[in-house]
Amino acid sequence: MLPTYLQVAPLTVVLAFFFIIPVGLVVLVSFFRYQMLVGIVPDFTLKNYVDLLTNPTTWTLYQSTLKFTLIVLAITFVLGFWIAYFLVFHVRNLLTAIGLFLVCTVPFWTSNIIRMISWRPVLGKEGLINSALLKTGVIDQPIEWLLYSDFSVVVAYVHLFTLFMIVPIFNSMARIDKSLLEAAVDAGATRWGVIWNVVLPLSKTGIALGALFVVTLVMGDFFVVTVMSGGLSGSATSGIFNDLQFLNYPRAAANAVILLIIVLLIAASIFRLVDVRKELVR
Amino acid sequence: MSSASPSYGSRPWTFYVLALLFTLFVIFLYGPMLAVLVLSFQGPSASLVFPLRDPSLMWFDELFNPRRTGDVVGAFNRSLPLALVVMLLTVLISVTAGFAFRRRFKGATLIFYTAIASLIVPGLVLSIGTIVTFRYLGLSASWNTSGLGAHLSWALPFGLLIMFAVLGRLNPSYEEAAYDLGASKWQTVKEVVVPIVFPGMIAVALFGFTLSYDEFPRSWLTVGSKNTLPLEIWTMTTNVTSPALYALGTVTTIISFLVIAIALSSILFIQRKRSRGK
Repeated sequence: MLPTYLQVAPLTVVLAFFFIIPVGLVVLVSFFRYQMLVGIVPDFTLKNYVDLLTNPTTWTLYQSTLKFTLIVLAITFVLGFWIAYFLVFHVRNLLTAIGLFLVCTVPFWTSNIIRMISWRPVLGKEGLINSALLKTGVIDQPIEWLLYSDFSVVVAYVHLFTLFMIVPIFNSMARIDKSLLEAAVDAGATRWGVIWNVVLPLSKTGIALGALFVVTLVMGDFFVVTVMSGGLSGSATSGIFNDLQFLNYPRAAANAVILLIIVLLIAASIFRLVDVRKELVR
Repeated sequence: MSSASPSYGSRPWTFYVLALLFTLFVIFLYGPMLAVLVLSFQGPSASLVFPLRDPSLMWFDELFNPRRTGDVVGAFNRSLPLALVVMLLTVLISVTAGFAFRRRFKGATLIFYTAIASLIVPGLVLSIGTIVTFRYLGLSASWNTSGLGAHLSWALPFGLLIMFAVLGRLNPSYEEAAYDLGASKWQTVKEVVVPIVFPGMIAVALFGFTLSYDEFPRSWLTVGSKNTLPLEIWTMTTNVTSPALYALGTVTTIISFLVIAIALSSILFIQRKRSRGK
């Protein structure tokens, strides 16, 4: 038993120092008082939470974040499911499937910021899409809402995060025994019947994991929404960012705790639907 | 009948529809990156959009000649060693932890879910927590202390998940067979376990390196006064309005691609060597 604990000790130590203690302190500091010039004053107060929850801006920001989360979740799920389905069931050569899968995953290992910025010369007022549309005469005024709008925020999110759907769904689908599909067909199922009654339920774990990633990434994002909306849209984290600029750590912490609670609630409800660990070890 | 199952018989129409969707997705994925690549060779007109006029290397030169663009070289000299250390530690820690999880032990579930929680906690929240922790400890934040820890809190859970997938395929009976044939514990690890697990370890290394090298939210407060590369790029997006930004994008992307190529080709090389049966 002892060697097992020694093996898991380094992981536990890192998680304790750089996850549990920091998050614990965020919770603690969120009940402290903020004083100009002094910073954090250790009195117990609920003022930070009351401030936040009675401020209409907080609600607007969360509403905006929730809107982005749902839109991005829907798009990445549809894309992720069908791309994984294509790779697993339609591409018959295993090496080709792995090659195409890698084509989808390579951008994940490159810089997110660069991938985000790379939309500027494409979507901008003088960007590729606008100049192509102008040249072909489809429009005679550049479309303004392509960049620095909710549209470009969603485009960037889908661009950055679809991969987080594809990989787990691909992983789940790859484990489906193809003879199950044959059996369903032999039993008289239609093409959609097979997808709906066999493939979809068996990809449940992948979908749940993918949704978990996408939801937490979008909800915790500050940078994409700021850059791609040109500062016009906010997210739940914008409030945190503003407080930090004034070194108001207590209120930033309170805001962070609210965000954390929402994210963990969503995560918990996903974990209730599927036992991720059991499925992973299987 | 034959067309209802996509994996057998003649290709159904859905194949062509989904092939088209896949192609469009790949264009969507790589198109903008290509635009940046091309525009980083923009000439002295300094235009940030197409067309490309008088292609030149001047913006790359500008990048390494820090008169105007800030400390790109310095940021790179921090990001690279940091990523290498995170890579090394991620491999060591998540591989050993992965082996521990093959056995049942008290607290396994707790540690597993803590790791998952560490993966999904918003990076900004963790950044604040880490900086506050360091403040209470009386330490100042720096890329090689608080920055390193913040990166590990994100890279380790990824490494652990990969190890779960890899070790799930390592049948314990292989090790038992080795013992039965008289192998020592060390020989079993060296001759049986490591060769099977090695490609997975390279994958963990790839994740460790790139997650640190590109990490932004968890670096934001934790690296202290000296920027790492993603933070430097972020600063540039707000105050540099020349193709030098694209040139930097091209350079970092090329480095990422090199790392990916090294990792994937070494996995491929090992698999091939093994299937040839040494």
